[in-house]
Amino acid sequence: MPIISTAGLARTFQTKRGPVEAVRGVDLTVRAGEILGFLGPNGAGKTTTLRMLTTLLAPTGGAATVAGHDLATDPEGVRLASGYVAQSGGVDPQISVREELVTQGRLYRLTKAQAAERAEELARDLDLTGLLDRKTSALSGGQRRRLDIALGLTHRPKVLFLDEPTTGLDPASRADLWDLVRRLRDDHGTTVFLTTHYLDEADALADRLVIVDKGVVVAEGTPSALKLQHGGSIDATLQDTFLAITGRVPAPTDATPVAV
Amino acid sequence: MLLQDTALIFGRYLRQTLRSKFAMLFGVLMPLLYLLFFGPLLTDLPLGGGGSSWQVLVPGLLLQLGLFGAAFAGFMIIVEKNHGVVERMRVTPVSRLALLLGRVLRDTAVFVFQAVLLVLAAVVMGLRAPLAGILIGFAFVALLTVSLASLSYALAMRISTPAAFGPTINALTMPSMLLSGLMLPMSLAPGWLDALSHVMPFRYLVDAMRDAYVGSYATASMAYGVLVAVGLAGLAVTVGTRVFREAGA
Repeated sequence: MPIISTAGLARTFQTKRGPVEAVRGVDLTVRAGEILGFLGPNGAGKTTTLRMLTTLLAPTGGAATVAGHDLATDPEGVRLASGYVAQSGGVDPQISVREELVTQGRLYRLTKAQAAERAEELARDLDLTGLLDRKTSALSGGQRRRLDIALGLTHRPKVLFLDEPTTGLDPASRADLWDLVRRLRDDHGTTVFLTTHYLDEADALADRLVIVDKGVVVAEGTPSALKLQHGGSIDATLQDTFLAITGRVPAPTDATPVAV
Repeated sequence: MLLQDTALIFGRYLRQTLRSKFAMLFGVLMPLLYLLFFGPLLTDLPLGGGGSSWQVLVPGLLLQLGLFGAAFAGFMIIVEKNHGVVERMRVTPVSRLALLLGRVLRDTAVFVFQAVLLVLAAVVMGLRAPLAGILIGFAFVALLTVSLASLSYALAMRISTPAAFGPTINALTMPSMLLSGLMLPMSLAPGWLDALSHVMPFRYLVDAMRDAYVGSYATASMAYGVLVAVGLAGLAVTVGTRVFREAGA
């Protein structure tokens, strides 16, 4: 029984220049406890898919269930079972770390005492304890990201959606974040659904990859299977594999430079 | 659930307001300047109606405060949207109506507080009006704030930059103020302007408030004023909730 499954999930935006099919029909399944890398070129429909799966955007076609809850008929159930960390995070720069964590707990209907306790607990787990009384604007990029993730974990979701979680982080913070994601899965069995543009990240972190292009799934499998199948060899780089799948051919490297 | 969620959101945004006390007082500045430098011009003019010129001007200034203040309420939510705060809250089970109402009630509290300050200043300038009338006036300010703030948030949810939001609101508030007779009663206006002003909902509010300020509570203007104010608030909250529920923002 997959924890996420979608069938023909689609979203068309009506614009002044006519309809735009951002997602044309995504079929995918995610197993419980899996770290799934969701890849695709810019504009492939990654974020739109994520926003549908987190109930932020109503699909215009198809269906999906998340942790057994139907997206269309039980959005509340989906919200209680999943956490979402958007690219932009989602904290008010003027508010303290503690207030954000407590408010988030209260949004998930914890009592004041429970929310305060959960805030302490999350701060311990995500190494934010010394920062609780700082304004969020005073955090470093890596600390901010950990806070964003703490907010998404407030209600101990079965599924965590991460939209480009390491964009803009320095290498050390990225490595910390990878450890955190693995720890979530190993210690809590959390299913992690993450998008990324960093192929080394997908290679190192994801158990399985789903690649979308132009609003549909174009390939899926473990990183090695995809390399073998599309990159020509198990030793192919994921970069070449990705380019082969999405039909973006890298610029020829042997061309004579126009000017030196 | 709804009450608890609304209280939570209200508390969050009230603390936000209290962090910038200066901005809260700044809102009273424009109507206060009208009170100080425009009010005295009217004292000896025949404005019609029963009371002094202050009983005509102050209700208009209070609604002006609500009009300009609440119409811009959406500004902050555009900033919050860009920080991702709105979506972060919308993926939680929190009531969609509470996300709107908590903010709108904060705005209402702020503008009623500013209205109280303005009335106190007006009393110093020479306003004399029955207490019941003044309290009724605050109720109208509250209803106007609920209406305009809800619509402002609804519009802001559909707009992505403050630069697009400001001019839109300005283009709507300025004619609204002039066409409602907030500064001077429309009873002074030529027939065509008076007729035109009747399409403005605020016209009915200010007429009712002016009646309240001279102690006439059982008038046709009062009945229309209450109907329009309550109807507008109901409509605006309905529109706002719908946008917050769907919001492709």
